[in-house]
Amino acid sequence: MKSIPENLVCFNTFEADKPWTYETYRKHGGYDAWDRILKGELSPEQVIEEVKASGLRGRGGAGFPTGLKWSFMPRLQPIQKYLVCNSDESEPGTCHDREVLRKNPHALIEGMAIAAYAMGATIAYNYIRGEFMEEPIPRFELAVKEAYEHKLLGKNIQSSNIDLELHTFVGAGAYICGEETALLESLEGKQGKPRFKPPFPANFGLYGKPTTINNTQSLASVPSIIRNGAKWFKDIGVENSGGTAQFSVSGHIERPGNYELPMGTSFKELLELCGGVLGGAKLKAVIPGGSSVPVMPAETILGCTMDYDSLQKAGSSFGTGAVIVMDETTCMVKVLRRIARFYMAESCGQCTPCREGTGWLYRMLTRIIEGQGELEDLTKLVEIANKIEGHTICALGDAAAWPVQSFLKHFHHEFEYMVNNKGRSIVSIDDEVTV
Amino acid sequence: MSDDLIEIEIDGKSVQAKKGQMIIEATDTTSSYVPRFCYHSKLSIAANCRMCLVEVEKAPKPLPACATPVAAGMKIFTRSPYAIAAQKATMEFLLINHPLDCPICDQGGECELQDIAMGYGRGISRYNDNKRVVKDKNIGPLVSTDMTRCIHCTRCVRFGEEITGVQDLGTVMRGENMRIDTYVEKSIDHELSSNIIDLCPVGALNNKPYRYSARSWEMIQHETIAAHDCVGSNIYAHALRGTVKRVVPRENEAINETWISDRDRFSYEGIYSDERLMSPMIKKDDQWQEISWKDALIEIVEKLKVVENNSAAVLASPNSTLEEFYLLSRLSDELSISNIDHRLRMVDFTDQLNDPKIPLLGINIAEIENCKQIVVVGSDIRKEAPIIGHRIRKAALSGAQIGIINENINEYFFDVAVYLSESIIGNLLGLLSALNGEPPEEMRDIFKQIKPTKEQQKLAAILNSEDKKHFILGHLAINHPYASAIRLLSAKIAELTGAVLGFITEGSNAAGGHLMGVLPHRGFAGSSREIIGHSISEISENNLDLLLLFNAEPGKDIPNLSAEKLTDSLVIALTPYATENYKTTADIMLPIGTFAETSGTYINCEERWQSFSGIANPVGESRPGWKVLRAIGSLLGMSEFEFESSESVLDEISQRLKDTPMSNEINNFSLQNKINKKDLLDTHLVQSVPMYEVDSVLRHSASLQLTPEASRSDST
Repeated sequence: MKSIPENLVCFNTFEADKPWTYETYRKHGGYDAWDRILKGELSPEQVIEEVKASGLRGRGGAGFPTGLKWSFMPRLQPIQKYLVCNSDESEPGTCHDREVLRKNPHALIEGMAIAAYAMGATIAYNYIRGEFMEEPIPRFELAVKEAYEHKLLGKNIQSSNIDLELHTFVGAGAYICGEETALLESLEGKQGKPRFKPPFPANFGLYGKPTTINNTQSLASVPSIIRNGAKWFKDIGVENSGGTAQFSVSGHIERPGNYELPMGTSFKELLELCGGVLGGAKLKAVIPGGSSVPVMPAETILGCTMDYDSLQKAGSSFGTGAVIVMDETTCMVKVLRRIARFYMAESCGQCTPCREGTGWLYRMLTRIIEGQGELEDLTKLVEIANKIEGHTICALGDAAAWPVQSFLKHFHHEFEYMVNNKGRSIVSIDDEVTV
Repeated sequence: MSDDLIEIEIDGKSVQAKKGQMIIEATDTTSSYVPRFCYHSKLSIAANCRMCLVEVEKAPKPLPACATPVAAGMKIFTRSPYAIAAQKATMEFLLINHPLDCPICDQGGECELQDIAMGYGRGISRYNDNKRVVKDKNIGPLVSTDMTRCIHCTRCVRFGEEITGVQDLGTVMRGENMRIDTYVEKSIDHELSSNIIDLCPVGALNNKPYRYSARSWEMIQHETIAAHDCVGSNIYAHALRGTVKRVVPRENEAINETWISDRDRFSYEGIYSDERLMSPMIKKDDQWQEISWKDALIEIVEKLKVVENNSAAVLASPNSTLEEFYLLSRLSDELSISNIDHRLRMVDFTDQLNDPKIPLLGINIAEIENCKQIVVVGSDIRKEAPIIGHRIRKAALSGAQIGIINENINEYFFDVAVYLSESIIGNLLGLLSALNGEPPEEMRDIFKQIKPTKEQQKLAAILNSEDKKHFILGHLAINHPYASAIRLLSAKIAELTGAVLGFITEGSNAAGGHLMGVLPHRGFAGSSREIIGHSISEISENNLDLLLLFNAEPGKDIPNLSAEKLTDSLVIALTPYATENYKTTADIMLPIGTFAETSGTYINCEERWQSFSGIANPVGESRPGWKVLRAIGSLLGMSEFEFESSESVLDEISQRLKDTPMSNEINNFSLQNKINKKDLLDTHLVQSVPMYEVDSVLRHSASLQLTPEASRSDST
């Protein structure tokens, strides 16, 4: 098997001694792109075209083409515009934005600067989840300070007529604040409750002004794209999925961790790179993109490459690239209950189907595990999930519904077994799997 | 088709809709009803209940009708299987945690959730886990809470944020633990707060005084008019077998929109106060004795027949109906009494000959929100006329600049551009000076010493525009010892700046009192009197032989008329209540009905005539005021006084007004009183009357008297 290139984009400073410093970043070609922009060598249109051509898609989970998103901003309107970076990384299983903040914060700063320039935003916020207080936030703030010191941010930067003020905002640790409009509400100092759309943030965003929200990894990929060209980036990946992806591999795996690999790497290669299933056990299922995307049975995922199209065709989604590996000892009912509990706890409570439905799902699953379930509960679970999906203000409702639908689709026999056996699991392990 | 209209299709029918309109606004113009809970036309869109999901062609999922703007050619299906399935799904979610306590819930029978559940709910619940229970909270004496019933539509929260401007209620916690809360235990005190009772689609927020006293389907709904300020809010009174059980707003976009003040909502409790006078009473040897109506009327007529007209006075509440005012006016004319008035708290009558024939707001209530500059002088407007206060807030929110000139610092929940506190006259002089205006001759000396302050100059600069503006004089300006000076200066400023001058008068029918000639200086329809009668202050000083009080309580409604001054007078009181003040001062008391027990007409501050019929059975032996006056007139032998109904009185009023046209042009005001330079610029010359003390019914409304607002009034 050919060797897979690692750490090409966001993690490209990682092998250095102190990868987070300004000097290290410079050594890796950092701020070259920003320097060119400050010298007036690149117009905003060129930047947007370059990002469009690179095939970069939003890494926050939805996979919307980043360049296209940028082009929605009313760039020429003479009003305040904002760029917001979503570092509220909280999808269960996902922890790679944290790595970017810890080890390559300057890539994010440069990416934010380039994005803000392309869209005419003069104020940028990085919304970082509160749990990152210990290491990622101080690292990022230090990097911002360095960038200001090196006159890469501020008013009329290096007499280029480009302004950019960059601020860090620390969230209080709510999953829902990763939803872009809830994030904006939170940033405005309100309760993190998603807004209904339309209007979209590109028209009515932060403080009612045009705003673009991008994921940490999306923005941190931008400097490499401008520096090396769109083609370079696109060619790393595969058709419709340009560049690299960061996989946070967790669960029953020999070497869990974050891996930056080209888009389109096959699951088998990824598994091999991580040392295989823990203890050489048999693979049962994988959640390929964070807890909200549909689960995939082993036989399906083993034939997939890790990119948007392949996973979608196989009935799941690329999501955030958080690969949760489960071996044959895993009880799928318990896993689903754990996931359902998460969405019940994280629902903002604003709209009815999610507020009432997530708790209902959790309680039914609990009942099944406690041996009180009935066979009709299994149909009911899917029906309720269907009633939540697509009926809510934001995608949290969908995120709560998809696992239920997919677990019951692929592992119906496990649920049935448990109902028929008064709560005994089809696998012999009693401990709940930690997801 | 005009530019802003587009063609859409609703349930197969082609419909014209306005651009930018939400689907629900378009469907509401058709027969296609879309169920909803969180949507309310007066509040911002929340789209959180998800009940109004409809099918839109080509949309990948059902869309909320309240938050989806129409687009040309859009095909909307409100009743397709897809739409109904989505609506039923939401209904099921709403019901799983809603208690099944409809039989003991006051909202039962008029509950939006109950109604819509009939159409969209299942017969049997599929939910067999434990239901959520939420602790109730005490938010004051007016609104009861059963928070377990809450469906989290957030109408009450948005009402606070958007309508009153006081964010008393909000949501705390999240997910299924989310609840509506005050966060810190407190009562909700805004003068419009209780509208959340009507807004709440379920029984979570309900009417506390009304609690468990009737079922909605047992009551009869009567249209009537609120009786406590010059706005004349439209209300419904709900009566159970002739007893008023509660009051709710009646929508009228021109006046109160869909709101009413707490005062108008809960004042009905005063009708059933223990202090009601149950039968005619007469004082014999300092002892009160019951007496028959017949004997009482004969007694009164005997006294009236012999009294010297110059030594008798008639004082009526400004809340009297137009018909009552008219009969009082005719009775006084018959007896040649010109000592008659309804302006019971006024002090300065020196310029009354130049009064407008009817003191009015000058513009329509609905127009207030279109003004670009509004100056409120001598008024705690939120308390004096809550609906007008709300309209001013709406104006401020849409960008109007509001100036307040008042001695007291009152709280406003919008941006006040300039607040000029301390002496009203001092500030008006400063403002006049900043506008380079000329002072009245008599004030020239004081004016010379006035240097406009920065704030006064700021207000002058604001008024220096071509925009539509309004200058309002409130109760404190009208009842000020130098009211004529305030009025004159205000008129000068209004003229200089092109503002419309208006008045917020006391009571519900001051306009009617003026028009009917319940005034010492004018008769019916503004006609002038040969002999100008005594003012209130002269009446209270002069120890008259006889006083006829029509729902005007010495010491309370007439602050300057104390018991000591009435020891030598014969006092005939027509009153709904037998309070201590009446018991010590009166000699005969006749029980008359409150606003709910009589039919009649009020003229509001925009000269809108609003008639209403009696809705409650009379309490005890009380009779409508107009009937008592009619009986007295008949016994006096007055001709053409045999009115069969209040409508026949109204017919005669209308006929006579047609015969004697009257113009209501505002005269040039003048300054007749000697300006006492010493205290002219003093403050604390006039006391405001607490909100729940302004009339007799309010003073007897038990729940209103329990509010923090009422306890605040006690301390002042």
